[in-house]
Amino acid sequence: MKSNRVALAALLGLIALPLVVREPYFQHLMIMVLLWVTIGTGWNLLAGYTGQVSFGAAAFFGVGAYTAGLLSFHLGVSAWWGLALGGVVAVLVGFPFGWIAFPLRGAYFALGSLALGEVMRQLATIWESFTQGMMGVLIMPTFLSKLPYYYIALALAAGSVLVVRLVLGSRLGYYFISIREDQDAAMSIGINTTKYKMISLSLHAFLTGTAGALYMNYMGFIDPHVVFSLHDISIMAILVGIVGGVGTVYGPAVGAFIMVALQEVFRSAGFGALEALSKAIGGGFMAGLTKYVSQAHVLAFGILVVVVIMVLPNGLVGDWRKVSRLFKRAS
Amino acid sequence: MPSAKGETMLRVEGIDVFYGDVQVLWEVSFEVREGEILVLVGANGAGKSTTIKTISSLLTPSRGRILFQGQPVHTRRPFEVIDLGIAQVPEGRRLFPEMTVEENLLMGSLSPAAKPRRAESLEWVYELFPRVLERRKQAAGTLSGGEQQMVAIGRGLMARPKLLMFDEPSLGLSPLLTEHIFELVRKVNAEGLTVLLVEQNVHHTLAMCDRAYVLENGRIALTGSGDELMSNDHVREAYLGL
Repeated sequence: MKSNRVALAALLGLIALPLVVREPYFQHLMIMVLLWVTIGTGWNLLAGYTGQVSFGAAAFFGVGAYTAGLLSFHLGVSAWWGLALGGVVAVLVGFPFGWIAFPLRGAYFALGSLALGEVMRQLATIWESFTQGMMGVLIMPTFLSKLPYYYIALALAAGSVLVVRLVLGSRLGYYFISIREDQDAAMSIGINTTKYKMISLSLHAFLTGTAGALYMNYMGFIDPHVVFSLHDISIMAILVGIVGGVGTVYGPAVGAFIMVALQEVFRSAGFGALEALSKAIGGGFMAGLTKYVSQAHVLAFGILVVVVIMVLPNGLVGDWRKVSRLFKRAS
Repeated sequence: MPSAKGETMLRVEGIDVFYGDVQVLWEVSFEVREGEILVLVGANGAGKSTTIKTISSLLTPSRGRILFQGQPVHTRRPFEVIDLGIAQVPEGRRLFPEMTVEENLLMGSLSPAAKPRRAESLEWVYELFPRVLERRKQAAGTLSGGEQQMVAIGRGLMARPKLLMFDEPSLGLSPLLTEHIFELVRKVNAEGLTVLLVEQNVHHTLAMCDRAYVLENGRIALTGSGDELMSNDHVREAYLGL
């Protein structure tokens, strides 16, 4: 299949990439992209394929990150254990949440997941004796080079996409999709919808929690606002899915590239271009503009989502035919 | 083990059903006998769909019980009801629109009893509905209403049920197609399945059924054979406009 070949070529390209691009700054960005591929892919399994839209990715991301961080902080064991355990602990948090929230449907489930993220953030903030509260958790990174992190992130991202492909090829995928399309009908033909929603949630939690644990290892510092952030994690996960294509295998991978790149363009004000320009021209206006642009990424995300929903309601991958037609017309 | 025709298969005993605080069914009792077509007729809001949903265990009766071949149904979880041999063709078909016709059919044969006979069942459905065979690779959402209804019936048959419940199969179909769908219901019955049919279309259904119950404001108002009810003054006045 064509999509298989494209995916394989992309994977080989990504394996070779850091050997060509040696700039640590770009390697860092690529690590972030790969983390987002993992988170977005996990979110897509629950929201895109099982139809349970979650605003709670941050809860699992943060739990994974704190698992790794606190293991190291309290017990002195290597934070790399968190990579194995972060996902598991996230799943354990997911169970009671699913038990409470899965009787809810549609928007009400989404609101429940929103609450989960906020509850976890508050918990991490208030429970100072255990989590250090707002001081956050600091650990010493194992490697100075970015390469090990890059390849672990790549393995995680590729693994998560592979998991989705395997799930979709199995009966599990059909159960998930039938729940998305019509939950009552699924129940009436004998599908234990709660059980399969729980499995989908667990996969989402595991992938996101593992990504969180890797983030801890890589960044070396976390605090509640960073890893339990509603807009930087939970909503970002949704944007990655929507821009790339909800309910498509490779959509979140594509969405991750675009969203991280976009975030960076704004954060760095056009990779420093605006700043250079304002220095060249001088005067307060450009300096002010630079400051605003670098703070405007949330606004840009909002506009992007509106445009995507209007023009490409199935995302870049889902509406690829439309996109390629646009390119053809332009050339 | 086929029991004699006429033996009670499904027994609904005095069920009260609520949506929150609102009571919808009041001491509803009826029975479905082996091999028959039983019809539950009534106006909009009389409680017909609620009755089906309660038998499917999507709703739980606050009083009374439901027995299928002697086994309690109302204590089971919704996805377990199908294991007893009760399948349904839900109101508004409720297919999985982005799956193909064949995938929709295969989804109907998940129960342990139905799974080993999957290939055979598929052939049976295609034989009964050649039109469905023609469309089998098409996404179910792209079919016409009548074709979707056939797929929905086929999906119900794939479970190899003893009792097949139809919830308003004529909903949204043209008079001609309605006739056709009722023809299919008879065909399914002729294949040996017991049928519980819930309908607003009183005229047609009374003509084709063995027995019928009339549901009014959540209570069973009348019962009898199709012919008896057709000549009942109340039914003639309230439902047939004669």
